[in-house]
Amino acid sequence: MTCLAAIAAALGPGEQHYLSQARQMQALSFAAHIPLVCFGIAFPALLLYVESLYLRTGDELYRTLARRWSRIMAALFATGVVTGTILSFELGLLWPNFTGTFGGVFGLGFAIEGFSFFMEAIFIGIYLYGWNRLSPRAHFASGIPIAIAGFTGSLTVISVNGWMNHPTHFRYSNGRVVDAEPFGALFGNSYFWHELVHMYLAGYMVTGFVLAGAYAFGRLRGHWGRYERTALAIPLAVATLAAVAQPFIGDWAGREVAATQPTKLAAFEGLGKTTKGAPVHVLGWYTDGHVEYGIPLPRLLSLLAFHRVDATVQGLDAVAPDDRPPVNVVRYAFQTMVGSGTALALLSVVYLLARFRRKRLPESSWFYRAVAVAGPVAVVALLAGWVTTEVGRQPWVVYRVMRTSEAVTGASGIPVGYATLALVYLALAAGVAWVLLRLSRTPV
Amino acid sequence: MHLYDLPLWFALVGLALYTVLGGADFGAGFWQLVAGKGKQADEIRDEAHHAMAPVWEANHVWLIFIITVVWTAYPAAFGSIASTLSVPLFIAAIGIVMRGGAYALRAGTRTAAEQRRVDTVFAVSSVLTPFALGTVVGALATERVHIGNPGGSLWTSWLNPTSAVIGVLAVASGAYTSAVFLCGDAERHGEHALADRFRTRALGAGLAAGAVAIAGLVVLHFDGERIFRRLTGGAGLPGLIVSVVAGVGTLALVWRRRYEPARYAAALAVAATIAGWALAQNPVFLDGLTIRQAAAGHDTLVAVVVSTLAGAVLLFPALTLLFRLTLGGELRDTEGVPEGPGRYRGRALGSGRLDARLAVAFLLGGIGFLTIAEAGWAHGIGVACFFGFILSGYQAALPTDVLDGGE
Repeated sequence: MTCLAAIAAALGPGEQHYLSQARQMQALSFAAHIPLVCFGIAFPALLLYVESLYLRTGDELYRTLARRWSRIMAALFATGVVTGTILSFELGLLWPNFTGTFGGVFGLGFAIEGFSFFMEAIFIGIYLYGWNRLSPRAHFASGIPIAIAGFTGSLTVISVNGWMNHPTHFRYSNGRVVDAEPFGALFGNSYFWHELVHMYLAGYMVTGFVLAGAYAFGRLRGHWGRYERTALAIPLAVATLAAVAQPFIGDWAGREVAATQPTKLAAFEGLGKTTKGAPVHVLGWYTDGHVEYGIPLPRLLSLLAFHRVDATVQGLDAVAPDDRPPVNVVRYAFQTMVGSGTALALLSVVYLLARFRRKRLPESSWFYRAVAVAGPVAVVALLAGWVTTEVGRQPWVVYRVMRTSEAVTGASGIPVGYATLALVYLALAAGVAWVLLRLSRTPV
Repeated sequence: MHLYDLPLWFALVGLALYTVLGGADFGAGFWQLVAGKGKQADEIRDEAHHAMAPVWEANHVWLIFIITVVWTAYPAAFGSIASTLSVPLFIAAIGIVMRGGAYALRAGTRTAAEQRRVDTVFAVSSVLTPFALGTVVGALATERVHIGNPGGSLWTSWLNPTSAVIGVLAVASGAYTSAVFLCGDAERHGEHALADRFRTRALGAGLAAGAVAIAGLVVLHFDGERIFRRLTGGAGLPGLIVSVVAGVGTLALVWRRRYEPARYAAALAVAATIAGWALAQNPVFLDGLTIRQAAAGHDTLVAVVVSTLAGAVLLFPALTLLFRLTLGGELRDTEGVPEGPGRYRGRALGSGRLDARLAVAFLLGGIGFLTIAEAGWAHGIGVACFFGFILSGYQAALPTDVLDGGE
């Protein structure tokens, strides 16, 4: 045991003046990666659907569409490979004490994710380069593991996030983990399922609205044949259905947060004091323990969180000021997510009703303007959602066990690394934008 | 062998595969960098790109595998390594981003000039990354990292003679194995002139890698006393011998244009070097920290071993398929024979469309079970209902004019 104590003492928190830069650098890396994850979740399934239409009808249009989409998927996947690699490096480079202390509990999630990543990478190689030589059925079959691995990969990574928010299945004494049970910690965690389902639907919303948005933009500029209509309708149909379901999943997630992380919920709503019959405020600004200039909706928070209008909701004052997240960041991220999600759900209801009554795509240009905007809005909602849950967990990296400031590296040079990464990602974003534009103008 | 050693052996197998396969991909980038200009150079760059394009992502994942196994099974050691060697690891990470970005960009290039520019980014990062990762190995081999955050100098831990020579060795051996593999690939596609050009490169790179390896032993003699002793006379000696024999054997095979066996001999040479290092370094992980001390708890180690073995059952058949298709030329960009539509039933879509009413029923069920009910089991049913809503509603949500072929 003396040896373990010595290890814990030696690895302890480093001297770090740039904690907030380290956090921003991590946030930048996540923000770059998470939209690409959405494409990893949903794009293979959409592609397989289009390819199955080709297999059933023999109509070359579907094959052309699938081939062109597969090139986009390849470019986005390659970008996701490297931005994901950056994240796994950063878990060590920026937060060595987090990985060094808890790697034995949560690391398994990433180790299993590695195998999903392998399957994705292997079969994307076969799928992408096998269009000409493989038989149509073999080619279709080679896409199936990609779709499965896109799901299992996000499942294991989200299981780690679920554990960070609701850490169980280990004991922590003298700065060391003992009695870790990794399988239980990752998959026996009640806090993980709502995150998974919420993110999974978000994946379909982002992919669907971004793709449909691109073709809607094309329609506004006059590109509107059967090919474009098909390419717009297939992602739009799935995105609108997911967008209708998402508010209900989000409401469930909110109730889980209320039960397990009451301080985070209080930050969502800017609830300074523990309140019986707590209201929801729309907009406004949190200051001195209450929301100013907001539009109050009385008792709604109690109703949403606990299904009773007079339920008591724990406020931020239940914990010491040092243990509270930055309320306005969390609150505005939350409001952005809910607002964008609601707008997308409304657009979706409009589309689905129109489809139900008229059986065809709407004809109004306003509809296509809205769909074109829905793509970026879905990405904003996604990022806002992750800010909500990640900043909402602060100041903890492992909720109520390890502070982010205890996890950070003691190595110097974070500002240099941050600046370098920002420049490289800027170049990468420009490159990806360029290649997507090029691909959109390249016939098969 | 103990349980606490086992995950490290898995990681070392991963490292050997990464060095052979990922190293060859880096090497392909190296040959792009030094290809020069003109038609022949473009051919070299193209062949290097095509040989690597379907496999580089899968080969890259070995690095992720190594990292995740080490941080799960040896968290304290990983934390110290990541913190102390943050500079070379960050350089490697940036190199990896540039490389993946360049790969993504190449799909959009139209002219040879654009392609050259993108290939140059790819090539520079293909030299930078293995060099940086090689310096990390040098730091570990000479025990310049001890436990701490950071545990050791941020600079001299990886800017030292051993790190430098292992960094160069990583680049050189990648170039060597890559040239050997490319000889075989070019030969398989009947491009004998191109194969001969790679043969010259393989012979040159092989001699260079051998020279760097010998220089490395000299440097280790002065800079890493323990590892040198155990590599030249102790537990690591068999690895060293196999690596020398296989390395020289590869050269002989390439000389005689027997590229297929050369492929495996080159891989063996690289793998033996890593095994030799591991055996010589054992049982030390970091300065003052043995593998046993670094290991996580019993349950974690069992979980890693079980998951890795289960994953391997899926992984190796898939990898075999990928490499068989690649080597068989099934994944080349060349036009094949497109299938005629006669094989299809030409079935009209839109028949058998599920009723939108089913979707509405699922939606209402989902709201009832997930939003109104409070029990955990009800939430499970509720989530299933929402997925039922999306699946059953999908056909109904597609406009009829899309699937029926328009007006």
